[in-house]
Amino acid sequence: MNLTLHVWRQSGPKAPGKLEQYEAKNVSPDQSFLEMLDEVNEHLIKEGKDPIAFDHDCREGICGMCSQVINGVPHGGRERTTVCQLHMRSFNDGDTIYIEPWRALAFPIQKDLIVDRNGLEKIIQAGGYTSCHTGGVADGNAILVPKIAADYAMDAAECIGCGACVAACPNGSAMLYTSAKVAQLAALPQGQAEAAERVCAMTEAMQEAGFGNCSNHYECQAACPKGINVKFIAKLNREYQKALLK
Amino acid sequence: MRILSSSVGRKILMSITGQLLIIFILIHLIGNSTIFFGPNGINAYAEHLHSLPPLVWAFRLFMLAAISVHIAYGVTLTLENKAANPGAYAVKRNLKASFASENMIWTGLLVAGFILYHLLQFTIKGTPDIVVGLDSANRPDVFRMVVTSFGNGLISLAYMFAMLMLFLHLSHGIPSFLQTMGWNNEKTIPAFGTGGKVISAILMLAYISIPAVILAGLLKL
Repeated sequence: MNLTLHVWRQSGPKAPGKLEQYEAKNVSPDQSFLEMLDEVNEHLIKEGKDPIAFDHDCREGICGMCSQVINGVPHGGRERTTVCQLHMRSFNDGDTIYIEPWRALAFPIQKDLIVDRNGLEKIIQAGGYTSCHTGGVADGNAILVPKIAADYAMDAAECIGCGACVAACPNGSAMLYTSAKVAQLAALPQGQAEAAERVCAMTEAMQEAGFGNCSNHYECQAACPKGINVKFIAKLNREYQKALLK
Repeated sequence: MRILSSSVGRKILMSITGQLLIIFILIHLIGNSTIFFGPNGINAYAEHLHSLPPLVWAFRLFMLAAISVHIAYGVTLTLENKAANPGAYAVKRNLKASFASENMIWTGLLVAGFILYHLLQFTIKGTPDIVVGLDSANRPDVFRMVVTSFGNGLISLAYMFAMLMLFLHLSHGIPSFLQTMGWNNEKTIPAFGTGGKVISAILMLAYISIPAVILAGLLKL
């Protein structure tokens, strides 16, 4: 099939950017979206032009690197699908596709479709860990984790940190991401000791990194390629209230 | 104080003040509905309500504090959110956000403007349509005042429009305050979403019924 692409091109962080039009010809429906862009780039390179820069890594939907807003929705709007797992069979011959980078104050554009997502790392550095003594390996079942808690933590841990929640949020908020990390550790016995400091430090780091405030649009959950539930935001709110009382 | 500067803390304060305002909306509706019992209903209610001035003023100041916090944080959080999202997408398609959730600041400010008008009209009695007088039992004649004012189609329409704004504000506000307080989980999220809309619609229709009944001539002097 043949497609018309409108792709955001920006040569550097400070440079002005604009949408440029490209034709993608003879696209196979079995190609992934990134493979389609690879082919467009091969043509651009042959023509001596600068290829479209975009983030990608595992191409298996688990690393969280690919980050493109396709036709107005992060990752293209197919339920629980990252850009790399989005296949061209989701599109029709003759379609016009708009491809833009994540847009948020906290995600400055580096080049074309690549943004700086270090703001998310700042949030993790503020408390997305448990402190423990190093030494010999602990006994396997020394700390008992109830099955329900383990499942809940695992659901939260499904977050791959791609930042689609921020890109989708009308407030540029990273609340879903932050809440998934807070909830994951708060559900486990290992996370209890630092729970109060963690929720305060991580939400403050979120603010400092330039992310907005959650106003419960739930746009984040709808765009999340891992289907992280906004129930974790309610959990973060509960954890924050517990911390306030301490 | 950490709560006054943090993102989540300020939202919790917005949620609590929002809940206080919702309780007020419920009480005010119950009070207003005494108008359906005629002059004896609402005039007696109004006289009873104002029989203890210190209590009236304490309540007014409390509500003023609650609404001030709600508006102040509503405006600052919205400004921060606008700054955090440059909104530069050439194409943006929302999957979940609604007209109500995206326009909380505008529906909120319109409701705030309406409250000022409403106070100027029926509390301060400073608008030209107001008829001030006493009823046969020597009580302030609230019934005559309200029925005369709502007899004016424009005034009634303004009230109905304000209640539509209140509906939009609460249809997102009710599920939102529950989420912010953390009183939510996977099962309750969709239920609260629907429940919020239903309760807001009932409140809107109940409030609108007063000017509507007067305009229709079913409640007259």
